[in-house]
Amino acid sequence: METMAQQAPVVKPDPRAHPSGDKRFKMLDAAMKRHQFESDALLEILHQAQELFGFLSDDVLIYVGRALKAPLSRVYGVATFYNFFTLKPKGAHTCTVCLGTACYVKGASEILDGLRKAYDVKPGETTRDGQLSVVVARCVGACGIAPAVAFDSDVHGKQTKASVLARVAPWMERT
Amino acid sequence: MNSEELQHIVERKQAERAAVRHRVCVCAAAGCQSLGAEGVLEAMRGAVKADGLAGSVEVHGTGCLGLCHAGTMVQIDSGAPGEESRILYERVDAENAALLLRGHLEGRRDEAHAVAPDAPFFAHQRRIVLEGSGRLDPEDIEHCIGAGAYQALHKALTEMTSSDVVKEVSQSGLRGRGGAGYPTGLKWGTVSKATSKKKYVICNADEGDPGAFMDRSVLEGDPHRVLEGMAIAAYAVGADQGFIYVRGEYPLAIKRLKLAIKQAERAQLLGNRIFESGFNFRVDLRIGAGAFVCGEETALLQSVEGQRGQPRPRPPFPAQSGLWGEPTLINNVETFANIPTIVQNGGAWFQKIGTPKSTGTKVFALAGKINHTGLIEVPMGMTLRQILFDIGGGIPGGKAFKAAQTGGPSGGCIPAQHLDLPVDYESLQKVGTIMGSGGLIVMDETSCMVDVARFFMEFCMEESCGKCIPCRAGTVQMHDLLQKVVEGRAVEGDLDKLTELADLLKSTSLCGLGQTAPNPVVSTLRYFRDEYLAHIVEKRCPAGVCALGKDKEVAA
Repeated sequence: METMAQQAPVVKPDPRAHPSGDKRFKMLDAAMKRHQFESDALLEILHQAQELFGFLSDDVLIYVGRALKAPLSRVYGVATFYNFFTLKPKGAHTCTVCLGTACYVKGASEILDGLRKAYDVKPGETTRDGQLSVVVARCVGACGIAPAVAFDSDVHGKQTKASVLARVAPWMERT
Repeated sequence: MNSEELQHIVERKQAERAAVRHRVCVCAAAGCQSLGAEGVLEAMRGAVKADGLAGSVEVHGTGCLGLCHAGTMVQIDSGAPGEESRILYERVDAENAALLLRGHLEGRRDEAHAVAPDAPFFAHQRRIVLEGSGRLDPEDIEHCIGAGAYQALHKALTEMTSSDVVKEVSQSGLRGRGGAGYPTGLKWGTVSKATSKKKYVICNADEGDPGAFMDRSVLEGDPHRVLEGMAIAAYAVGADQGFIYVRGEYPLAIKRLKLAIKQAERAQLLGNRIFESGFNFRVDLRIGAGAFVCGEETALLQSVEGQRGQPRPRPPFPAQSGLWGEPTLINNVETFANIPTIVQNGGAWFQKIGTPKSTGTKVFALAGKINHTGLIEVPMGMTLRQILFDIGGGIPGGKAFKAAQTGGPSGGCIPAQHLDLPVDYESLQKVGTIMGSGGLIVMDETSCMVDVARFFMEFCMEESCGKCIPCRAGTVQMHDLLQKVVEGRAVEGDLDKLTELADLLKSTSLCGLGQTAPNPVVSTLRYFRDEYLAHIVEKRCPAGVCALGKDKEVAA
């Protein structure tokens, strides 16, 4: 039995597969297949890729472009056009501060100010230890409970500078 | 599904409903969810199960109940359907939920949390679009069918021709709820007359205005109403494929929509030969990726096709040449949500609501410096004073009302002297703002209007897609000028420059984003010029918001 297992036929690598052997590329393949490798579905596929990898690296963009037979200029153009896509890796945790009108009027900028002073991190940046990314959102639609802040994907309403810092502090201690 | 099967579900559901003595609806919209609605729902379900009351008490999640600031909201209907008594509880949390429910079932009302359903907040509203929101379980299609969902589609497919439907919608006087107010019937007529084998229907759910959450609430609370409206539209114009373009920032709405589409497909309310007619209709979701400009219809089409969301010149209008060059009907979520009721009750019925030129109701999202922040639906033509003070409960902390902003970054503000203005498309235009999609942000004496104008211009500057120069460069220049004003570096001539640029952007930009970007500036200059002058001449901010060159720390 053992010898048979050793003699198992060598699996030919799929020429289209990613050379790193990263399983997430296989999952991305499945997503592209669902859309029949149509380049019209580029947005859906980039959404999926970002969900899998956390951000869109050059490698991922090239891979998607090849699979969809779309020029890299187009893939890169779309990825950089939309705010939702990020080409840089994010921190271990994300604090998303809503800057919609209602949240702005109710003092969301003070929260950003507090984060900047406490951790030296501006909107769109990640702390040097890679623990915390601060992101601003263009209205998460929770205006009734403004100001709203999302800790990772957990939205909390009626936030203050103090309540946000209290919630972020445990993330920062884990280094 | 055929007519009998639909009727069968309705009867079964109504019988089930009649057997239940108490119906508990826990608000499970995004606002209340972030205040802990999930825990409340669990606690109440647990209590009902533990007490062995599953047969007589029904507990389910529902769409937005309106009073978002007082979440989690719970609504309890007791008694036979039709003659039930209704109580609402506010500020319910996982800890007090079970106690509150048990008390209520024993006839003891928790007065500290109770809100009378005839409180002014509810009494002045009229719900059409939000009719099912707060009553239906949006994750259960049978529950929705039991309450009347898909009856209008059934009526349209079995009793009406497609031109009958267009006629009915035209007669209703319904106008596009996305903001511009284009007559819906006219748009439908254009698409239906276009000769093409393939046509599309698109639901614009890219609610990008900061401070607006009407569409989100409708999608979360009653997704089947939107699907039904789209299906009726597709039948009327002769389309067989629909897309819903929804913001990526609304994960809950996306989840509920996906579920609703799946359930409707399984029930054969979407798909081939709906109600055994010759009508086929499929709906797919397209998720936006955070670009405000994609709310503009030609940019939205680009985005659905997987391109950068940049607008193109019109004409040709999407009604003639839209998605992949085919005739395409694009309506807003709220517009589609009005359709089932119009088909069911007739255009003449709908036309009687509201004002002669602005018929029906409008959903508003109340936010900012107002006591009752939340979601409301009122007949068109109600005065701003009624909306803000009777329904909205006035300004917190006894502060003075300064202005209300409508239409987001494309709109303008309404100052105190126009509080008695009836809210309809024309009246709002007369005072220099627009209906917009329904965001209503209230500002009090501690809000600086110059800072608000700068905020909106910064928004437009960042969201400008960069295709045409007036918008790409103009928004930057206008923002710089406004920045100078709030920092106390501006000179008086800068206001003339702002006015000149505003005119330029309005006349020469390619799409709505650039054309309307100056509106907040023009409108604040019109009503609050003194605030601009105070910043420029006296170097002070009347509201005490802007630091004006002083270091913020010292000022604080």
